[in-house]
Amino acid sequence: MAGGTQSDPPVIELRHVDKTYGHGAAEVRALNDFNLTIAPGEFVALMGPSGSGKSTAMNMIGCLDTPTSGDYLFNGVQVGSLTQNQRALLRRNYLGFVFQGFNLLARTTALDNVELPLIYKGLPPAQRREQALDALAKVGLKGREHHDPSELSGGQQQRVAIARALVAHPQVILADEPTGNLDTKRSLEIMDLLNDLNVRDHITIVMVTHEEDMAAYAHRVIWMVDGQVERTGTPEEVFAQGRHSA
Amino acid sequence: MIWQTVRLAIQAIFRNALRSILTVLGIVIGVAAVIAMVTVGQGSSDQVTADVEKLGTNVLMVLPGAGQMGPGNNSISAALELQDVDALINQLSSVRTAAPYNQTSLNAVYGAEDTRTSVAGTDARYLDVVDWPVVLGRGFLPAEENSGKAVCIIGETVRQDLFGNTDPIGETIRLKNVSCDVIGLLEAKGASSFGTDQDDIVMMPIKAFQRRIVGSSDVSIIYVAAMDGVSTDRAVVDIEMLMRERRRIGDGEEDDFNVRDMKQLASMLTGITNVLTGLLSAVAAVSLLVGGIGIMNIMLVSVTERTREIGIRLAVGATANQVLLQFLVEAIVLSTIGGIVGILLGLGLAAVASNIMVIPFSPNPMIVLIAFLFSATVGVVFGYFPARRAARLDPIEALRYQ
Repeated sequence: MAGGTQSDPPVIELRHVDKTYGHGAAEVRALNDFNLTIAPGEFVALMGPSGSGKSTAMNMIGCLDTPTSGDYLFNGVQVGSLTQNQRALLRRNYLGFVFQGFNLLARTTALDNVELPLIYKGLPPAQRREQALDALAKVGLKGREHHDPSELSGGQQQRVAIARALVAHPQVILADEPTGNLDTKRSLEIMDLLNDLNVRDHITIVMVTHEEDMAAYAHRVIWMVDGQVERTGTPEEVFAQGRHSA
Repeated sequence: MIWQTVRLAIQAIFRNALRSILTVLGIVIGVAAVIAMVTVGQGSSDQVTADVEKLGTNVLMVLPGAGQMGPGNNSISAALELQDVDALINQLSSVRTAAPYNQTSLNAVYGAEDTRTSVAGTDARYLDVVDWPVVLGRGFLPAEENSGKAVCIIGETVRQDLFGNTDPIGETIRLKNVSCDVIGLLEAKGASSFGTDQDDIVMMPIKAFQRRIVGSSDVSIIYVAAMDGVSTDRAVVDIEMLMRERRRIGDGEEDDFNVRDMKQLASMLTGITNVLTGLLSAVAAVSLLVGGIGIMNIMLVSVTERTREIGIRLAVGATANQVLLQFLVEAIVLSTIGGIVGILLGLGLAAVASNIMVIPFSPNPMIVLIAFLFSATVGVVFGYFPARRAARLDPIEALRYQ
């Protein structure tokens, strides 16, 4: 719990959350009485086998999805009762996303990609540019501002995506397998970068990953099975326990 | 925010330049066709009006035969007579002046040159009625008119054909077997609204024409100029009463002649032009509609193709309305650009066509404005459906879309 203490009010709190898709026989229960509390400044890794509900949980935390039942409180606000529009505003002001596939706009320079969230925020052009240049410098891409994604390596593209996620000074960055498409060296660089943001800028980070090496950067690992938290603890604890039970 | 959205839309349009060009092609062609049709149609109407104006709006024509347009049917109704002309002038206060007019087609010969031309028999009053000045030499003298002397006044085209640029006055030309002294040259008038060359003409005193060319004393048309300040409608009524009396038409019998108002003729011609313009514009408008559907089609494809992009935008904090607005603005910007290009292209085509057809180039600002607004409306109407579809995308699905 390096980044926060238990006395801080949680930034993310999911209580008895169920999420089902489809109806009748085709019904899929993606989350089943899922409980998770994340304090400000925490670095949390969501892990688990395929189909364990990690992605659903991530979408829920990112306010892209709403619970079928149960409560999701973001900074104490009931997300389930917000309109689609209000959730968009919440994403814009408090959340940053990093995806496995980078998800940059093609044929759009790094700078324009990073400016995108600020455009929707309605900042004036000069301020947008300044903030975007700062963010790109922070991820070590000074001098590459006017490159298209196609002219950048995978690692560099993910840095642009991270710059885009942090440019609006979010409270939380959600990273969905951020290193899934990268080799080990680039992966470690990206993890160092995320760690820096967590330590220096006190940005809360929630990350989905398959790799123990990457999860080792987290303060806490949540191990999910069948839409529920099976076990949780420091990376060492969770992995040790996993190896014993396996 | 709106300006930002417009900028985003323009960025997106230029990112897909080829697709954008193909999208707006329909609008460009539609708008250009409508603009060109309406402008050329307007030009022809103006030409007709100008021609009639030149002829004088207070000019009436008396023709033998009942009703129908075109030359009267002389075999059934009696021809007009020279005495009718004098009677119209002397007995009607609503008539300023009148002139007889006969016409035929002949070869005119001068030395080794010859040309097929119209030969008209008339008198000095005709040039007064239609306000056509003699620019070189002189008009007919009363003595020449009464004696039926073979003198003639020629139009600019006949002069060019027979004499080139030299002075024709005092020369003698031959019409059929009649030798005729050229005494005057008419001012050049150009083509009439029917497309005939009005300067391709030789005029001679009507008595000489009747005696030496056609060998008959019939008069086929009487041109009448109404008195200034008298409505042509009143003049028509007066002329009809007098002519019925002179031709001994009993009560209840149909006229065997007709009096035609040049204004009617003008409005009829303009009417025909307008109907044609309307029809062609309607066909052109259909292509505008097709262009609109083209925009919708491409925008729908674009929404599918850009599903992931929409997902990204939603994830980084765009609201559904911002996405809707972006796609809508894209459609509007596209169709508006198409409209502007179409307007310029249409005006250009119309200018070239007007030049070839020798009619005035009369762009109508109202039509230009309507075409512009229409193309923008096409953008709104046909852009809304794809834009709504984009805005309603589920961000999770959109992000997962490959």
